[in-house]
Amino acid sequence: MATVSVRNVWKEYGAQVVLENIRLEIADHEFVTIIGASGCGKTTFLKMLLGMEQPTRGQILIDGTPIRPEPDPDRGVVFQRYSSFPHLTVLENVMLGLELKAAKLAGRLFGSARRAAREAALAMLESVGLAQARDRYPAQLSGGMQQRMSIAQAVICKPKILLLDEPFGALDPGVTADMHQLILRLWAENRMTIFMVSHDIQESFMLGTRLLTFDKLRHDPQAPEAYGASVTYDLKLMRNGRGESAPRMAAGI
Amino acid sequence: MRRLINQHPGRAAGLALGVLPFIVLLFVYVIASQLRLAENAGDKLLPSLGTIADTFHSYAFEEDKRSGVVLFWADTWASLKRIGAALGISATLALVLAVCIGVIPRARALLSPLLNTVAMVPPLAVLPILFIVLGLEETSKIALIVIGVAPCVARDLALRVAELPREQIIKAQTLGASTWQLILRVVLPQLWPRLIDALRLSMGSAWLFLIAAEAIASTQGLGYRIFLVRRYLAMDVILPYVVWITLLAVLTDLALRTLRARAFRWAEPDR
Repeated sequence: MATVSVRNVWKEYGAQVVLENIRLEIADHEFVTIIGASGCGKTTFLKMLLGMEQPTRGQILIDGTPIRPEPDPDRGVVFQRYSSFPHLTVLENVMLGLELKAAKLAGRLFGSARRAAREAALAMLESVGLAQARDRYPAQLSGGMQQRMSIAQAVICKPKILLLDEPFGALDPGVTADMHQLILRLWAENRMTIFMVSHDIQESFMLGTRLLTFDKLRHDPQAPEAYGASVTYDLKLMRNGRGESAPRMAAGI
Repeated sequence: MRRLINQHPGRAAGLALGVLPFIVLLFVYVIASQLRLAENAGDKLLPSLGTIADTFHSYAFEEDKRSGVVLFWADTWASLKRIGAALGISATLALVLAVCIGVIPRARALLSPLLNTVAMVPPLAVLPILFIVLGLEETSKIALIVIGVAPCVARDLALRVAELPREQIIKAQTLGASTWQLILRVVLPQLWPRLIDALRLSMGSAWLFLIAAEAIASTQGLGYRIFLVRRYLAMDVILPYVVWITLLAVLTDLALRTLRARAFRWAEPDR
């Protein structure tokens, strides 16, 4: 269960307004895709959901409780780059979350607990198609494999919410299609609520059950920073059974 | 004909090229020494290789009549103990400081200005203070090296921590890492190879401070010996000692480099 309420959230840096008055109610197990021009605050919105940044006004609630003002295991994340640990092998990267959870002091597991975590991580690697690469270091993997690992690393911790910041933006088109199938499968299996920032409109329609576009409603050419972006379109998408979806309702402004 | 930038020497040729300057230097020395000795058989500035070998033999394989120890090895051991202890302390201190400064914002606010200031204190200028406060024994010598080396290594490591992508730090938190776990599993393991690099780079100044301290107040040590026999223009002692110190430094560097390559395979640039 993970519903998200965004209540009148603003984000300002001094006089510059980045986001203004964002209001959203996100149901459990929703796959929210977010698109918008660069610099429109979609990544800032994701950072606030993650706890990396705090809203200057308003608040965000998960299951009715205000989110912690710092990242925590309720909210997993996959960035476009750098979100794995270069000094750990693929297997160790995926095991890390399990080890951190169980071994508060040592940060690593030993004996039978370690074997159990290893088995779980191996099963996860199998599921994302990385079993062969388990002993390699991230730098030895292709971009697509790195993202698979990063997703596995996040999902194995069973977050309520998974945040994806243009996770497939740097990948080849063929690889991206595989990754779409993977993320849809993991989303269905783990019943997470997913937020994905993307710059690919087609991808956003195909993956999402709900699509948000961020843009500025008002614009003052003399003071471009005076107004921030808001949610301009909030589309509920329905899947037609083949993994593709079509807009059902357009709630434009 | 390919461009110069594309002409790579083979393995053997590369090795030969590397050795060549050493042979040239040795050759130049031998010629110069012969020329001087031909003019004045008592010349002390450029002793012949034979004289150097004889002196070295008496230093390295015969007990000193007065003290009953083999001077060369006693000096080596004394110096290595000092520099080893100093580098160990420096590394530990630098690592603790760098992790605190790099990871904990409050510690950064508290310690960073202090560290940046202390790093600017010329270590040799505080040597008299060290001698006065800590006495002329081992402590002051080790302290001098630590003061000279630790702040630089700490600053370098703190920069390295700051260079860790923010995404990594965030990701670790979403995997449930506490501050302590983050240090233990994410920051420290990525700092080890950096620490080795930083130590390798500071090896030169470590030897500099060691020899300075030994030259001023000591009864044993490689630096002490060099400055002692300087009064007698004993180049036949000074030269092998300098070569030996250099060799020790080169071997240490090689050992650290090998350790880095073996133990931290992930950090090697080309796998």
